[in-house]
Amino acid sequence: MYNKKAVLAGVVAFIILMTAPFWLNAGREHKKLELEKPQFEKECVEPIKWMRAGHMQLLDNWRNEAVRESKRDYTSEHFKAGHDNKKFKKSLTLTCLDCHKNKKKFCDKCHTYAGVKPYCWECHVAPEEKI
Amino acid sequence: MSMLVSLIAVFGLVAVSYMMELVGLHTVLGIIIPYTAVLVFLGGFTYRIIDWARSPVPFKIPTTCGQQESLSWIKHNKLESPSTTGQVMARMFLEVFFFRSLFRNTKTDATEGPRLLYTSDKFLWLGGIVFHWTFLVIVLRHFRLFVEPVPGFVHLLESVDGFIQLTLPTFYMTDMVIVLVVTYLFIRRVVIPQVKYISLAADFFPLLLILAIALTGILMRYILKVNIVGVKELVHGLFALSPVIPDNLGSTAYIFYIHLFLVSSLLVYFPFSKLMHMGGVFMSPTRNLPNDSRKHRHINPWNDPNIKPHSYEAYEDDFRKVMKSVGLPLEKDVDGEEEGEK
Ligand code: HEC
Ligand code: HEC
Ligand code: HEC
Ligand code: HEM
Repeated sequence: MYNKKAVLAGVVAFIILMTAPFWLNAGREHKKLELEKPQFEKECVEPIKWMRAGHMQLLDNWRNEAVRESKRDYTSEHFKAGHDNKKFKKSLTLTCLDCHKNKKKFCDKCHTYAGVKPYCWECHVAPEEKI
Repeated sequence: MSMLVSLIAVFGLVAVSYMMELVGLHTVLGIIIPYTAVLVFLGGFTYRIIDWARSPVPFKIPTTCGQQESLSWIKHNKLESPSTTGQVMARMFLEVFFFRSLFRNTKTDATEGPRLLYTSDKFLWLGGIVFHWTFLVIVLRHFRLFVEPVPGFVHLLESVDGFIQLTLPTFYMTDMVIVLVVTYLFIRRVVIPQVKYISLAADFFPLLLILAIALTGILMRYILKVNIVGVKELVHGLFALSPVIPDNLGSTAYIFYIHLFLVSSLLVYFPFSKLMHMGGVFMSPTRNLPNDSRKHRHINPWNDPNIKPHSYEAYEDDFRKVMKSVGLPLEKDVDGEEEGEK
């Protein structure tokens, strides 16, 4: 092998770089995400399986419909049959955060874990942080 | 033909992984194949590099297009004709990060005459550089799934990439750009006759595979949504060396497994394909040698050390008598009469 030192240094650097996620995770235990669930309510706006992946789309629709078309009432899509209290006001802070009282221990905790930072809170103010 | 083969191969990969998901081979798809792919990628890549490093470089062959280092009053073009390791590294840096040599790309047209016309063509450079940078940004953004706690640079990339704040989940510009640019790179190989002529399945397949990876990712993010928390458990588990298969990915989990399977295929394919140019650029003697042959003698490693150099002087010593007898001119005459000595 020619230029042994340089080539080996390059290969080692490459492997360290390519396995960076392993090093960054090293020595940290995998903790399951624990979220603070609402105390009294049992169900979310839509079934929880749908909410997990789709809540941002729901919010997007709410925002557009409420702000642009002034349609502020929402009836659950997936719960329609056989449920009574499945009507909501389309509101980020007044609806979502009415049940999910602690934004930090619910929305934020999950978002930190998933690496998302919704920009909504640049304008909207979560209840417990009211000035 | 080669196009069709590549297309069928990519669809085959999608179909295979989809079927494996259907029959519930989640451990294979989510743990065994990804780990195997990473090992093949690292091992294969290292092997290829070592293999190249074992090939001798008989000549000093850096490509240059500028004045080499010479007399002090002749201006040396340090980037185009690097003569020190530092200058070689500077040129290599610009090559790797900005594709400097591709910037000089030309296209050839046969005009009436008949006359060949060479004109500057920056589109391949533009397509190439945009493709590689968006690919990098997308992979770095994926670190939010790989690492816990999420590293800070991810948020920076997310906010820049999602700058236009359209749709929720926030639309990333790189998602659109990578699809457009890979499509362009593909179409380029189809519509330009000369390029089509030299394109093989090995050229179409990686493009289509990367396109399929990007499309499944985009589909997963915006349409067939999966539970990212479940995905992170799986992916972070892989990178924390404590793999788990969570059962809460949602009803569209198959799209995640297809995405992961295609990425694994790319990793396995990498070391055995032209994608090795990633390591190859550093191993190219035309790029990694300094142009200093006037200062340092390049020893051909093929030379047998037992064969000593034989100078003209020694040659004349060996054959002086014979040479003189046929009247050949000599540097040094036997009789001591110096003839033409310098
Ligand atoms: C009527 C009260 C109520 C409202 C209003 C409500 N939620 Fe929920 N939400 C719940 C409950 C209860 C759960 C937990 C359900 C369970 O664990 O089965 C939940 C679960 C969730 C989850 C899934 C958490 C997990 O464990 O994965 C998300 C995400 C969520 N809600 C987001 C929202 C958003 C966004 C809004 C506003 C659009 C909202 N919720 C409005 C009651 C509510
Ligand atoms: C630039 C400031 C700003 C940002 C950022 C912002 N909003 Fe709003 N939002 C508003 C304003 C102003 C209204 C109108 C309030 C009203 O009419 O009740 C509104 C209304 C809404 C509404 C309906 C009314 C209500 O009470 O909530 C929803 C839902 C909503 N926004 C969701 C979001 C979401 C989700 C995000 C983040 C992705 C977001 N907004 C980001 C300013 C903002
Ligand atoms: C179970 C985890 C979880 C919980 C709880 C949760 N989210 Fe999310 N949220 C996510 C994930 C994951 C994403 C990003 C999805 C993606 O990138 O595809 C997201 C994205 C969003 C987005 C879009 C952000 C963007 O820039 O794309 C908004 C807005 C949002 N969540 C609002 C909320 C609100 C409000 C709550 C609390 C009521 C909440 N979420 C609770 C997991 C969660
Ligand atoms: C070759 C490397 C990869 C490429 C080019 C790629 C490409 C993409 C693209 C273009 C997206 C669309 C959304 C976005 O840009 O964030 C995406 C999403 C996604 N990718 Fe990849 N990917 C790669 C590797 C991986 C790996 C290794 C994993 C997991 C092990 C993964 C898991 C995901 C998931 C879960 C999403 C959905 C994210 C969301 O919903 O926000 N990808 N991918």
